[in-house]
Amino acid sequence: MKIAIASGKGGTGKTFVATNLASYISEHESTSLTDLDVEEPNSALFIKGDRIFSEEKFKVIPEWDRSDCTLCGKCQDVCNFHAVLKVKNGIMVFPELCHSCYACSELCPYSSLPMKPVRIGTLNHYRKGKLDFIEAKLDIGEEQAVPLISQAGDYVNYHLKNNISVCDCPPGTACPAIESVKDADLVLLVAEPTAYGFHDFTLMVKAMTGLKKKIAVIINKSGIGNDDTLIFCEKNSIPVIAKIPHYRKLAVCYSKGELVYDRFGFMNSEMEKIYSYIKESAE
Amino acid sequence: MKEIVVISGKGGTGKTSVTVSLAFVSSEKTVLADCDVDASDLPLILKPETVSQEDFYSSELAVIDYGKCTDCGKCFGICKFNAIEKKDGKYYINSLNCEGCGYCSHVCPSEAISMVKQKDGVLRVSDTRLGKRLFHAELGPGAENSGKLVAKVKNTAKKYARENGSDYVLVDGSPGIGCPVISSLSGADLVILVTETTLSGFHDLKRVVELVKKFRIRMGCVINKADINSEVCADIKEFIGSEGIELMSEINYTEDFPGAISSGLSPAEYSPELKREFESVWNKTMKLTGDK
Repeated sequence: MKIAIASGKGGTGKTFVATNLASYISEHESTSLTDLDVEEPNSALFIKGDRIFSEEKFKVIPEWDRSDCTLCGKCQDVCNFHAVLKVKNGIMVFPELCHSCYACSELCPYSSLPMKPVRIGTLNHYRKGKLDFIEAKLDIGEEQAVPLISQAGDYVNYHLKNNISVCDCPPGTACPAIESVKDADLVLLVAEPTAYGFHDFTLMVKAMTGLKKKIAVIINKSGIGNDDTLIFCEKNSIPVIAKIPHYRKLAVCYSKGELVYDRFGFMNSEMEKIYSYIKESAE
Repeated sequence: MKEIVVISGKGGTGKTSVTVSLAFVSSEKTVLADCDVDASDLPLILKPETVSQEDFYSSELAVIDYGKCTDCGKCFGICKFNAIEKKDGKYYINSLNCEGCGYCSHVCPSEAISMVKQKDGVLRVSDTRLGKRLFHAELGPGAENSGKLVAKVKNTAKKYARENGSDYVLVDGSPGIGCPVISSLSGADLVILVTETTLSGFHDLKRVVELVKKFRIRMGCVINKADINSEVCADIKEFIGSEGIELMSEINYTEDFPGAISSGLSPAEYSPELKREFESVWNKTMKLTGDK
C-alpha cells in the first residue's frame, strides 16, 4: 500500500502529517517514509535513525567527443529541449536543459555524443525500529527535481516493497508533485482551511481527479479560516478522515523538530483514524 | 527599473502575505508578477480584472497515427520514459509519462508519430483593486515547463514596466529551489527571503540562500512568526548576519495574517501596525535596490 501525502499549497503540514503518521504506523507494522520533496526535504529533522545506506544520484547527459564529429548538426535537430547547440567549431551541451532522452546520443551517426553521468543529489536510507526512512536531496543549482524523485521511488519499490509506504510530497501541482503521486494507491491531501489553502486545495483535487487517484482529506490547523474546504469536500463526496486543531503547542513542537503523535492524546487518536482508513482502503 | 523577487524555500512561511502587503505599500507605479504559477494566490487578495489573456503552449506530446503505424515497435525500444506501452501487439502513448522529447517520432520508419504542442497554461494581464497591474498565470494541472511559464510572466511584466516608466517589478516566487525558482531569479536586483522560526524554515532558508548566492543577487530577509521559537530565531539572525543579508523585519505570530486573508485583504491593509511595519520594509527595499 502506497500513500502519498500531498497538498497544493506549501506549509499546510505535509511533513508534519507524514512524519507523525509514518512513526505511528511503524509501531504496528513495517513502514517506510520517503521524503520526495527533494528541493527542500525536511522529514530528516524529525526522524532520527541509524543511517544504513547512502549514495550519490546521477542523471545522464551527452558529452561531446570531437574525434569523429563532422558537425552535421543532427544532434541539434533532434533535441526538443534546445539542450544541444551546434556552433561554428563544436557542439555545446546545456546540462540544465537536458531531459536525458538519449535522442542526440543514439541518433548521432558518428557516436560523438556519448552519455555521461552527472550528479544531481543524494539518497540516504535510515532505520529506526520498524521505520525505514529514505531521504532524497537535490543538489543546489540543479533545476530538475523529477529524475531524483523518480529514482527515490524506484529505490523504495525495489528495497522496501513489502512495507506500507508513506511519501512526503513536494508542494504545487506541477511536474514534481505529479511525479511524487504517480505510484500512490491513496493520496492524502493535507488541507489548511484558509483562503490560500482552499484555493490551492481545489487545484490539487482537480489534478488528482485527472489522474484518477483515490483521495481523502486531512484538515490541518482546523479552526483557522473558514468552512469552505469542508463544504467543498461534502459536495464532492471527498472523505475528510481527520482534523488536527490549530494549536500553538503543536507549532512549537514542530519548530523544534519534535514528533507529537505520542505526546498529545488527540494527535494519537487522529493518527489512529488515518491508519484505520488506510487499512480499510487496502482491503 | 528594479526587480524584487520574494521567495522562501519552504512553503507556507508567509511569502504571499508579505508580497501582497508590499504591493499595497509600494510606490504607485509598481508592477506585480505572480510567478508561483502552479499555486497562484496573489489574485485572491488583489481581485484582478483581466485586461488580456493568452494561452501558453510549450511542451509537446507524442501522438500515433494508427493509419500509418505498422506495429514495428521501434518507438517502444528507444523510449527512456516508459511512455510507450504495448498491449495485444499494438503500441500506445502513456501521455502522463511522455516527456515530449520526440525521439520516437525521429525513429519511426513510417512517420506515424507526430509531436503535438500542448497548452500548458494561461498567461493573464489584469488590473487590480490597488490600481497596480498584475501579470499572472495558471499552469494546467501537472503541466510541464513551469520554469518557461515563469520566465514568460516575468518578461511580460518587465516589458510593461519599462514601457510605462515603472520603477519596480515585485515578483511573488514559488517554494523550493528548482526550475521555477531559478527561472524567477534570473535578472533580479533584490531577493526578499521570507522565513519562519522553525527548524524546517531555517533549513530551507540556508538552501535557498546557497542558490541565490550563485546568482550574486543582493538579499534581505523577513523573519515571520518570529516568536514561535526564540532559539531558532537567534540562529537565523546569526546566519543571515554572517551571510551579509539585511534583516528587514521581524514579525511575531499574529492572527492578523489569517484574519486579513479571510477578509480578502493584505495584512498591511488589515492592521495599522502591520502597515507601518511593511512601509518600513518597503523603504529598506528601495534603499537596497539603490534608488533612495
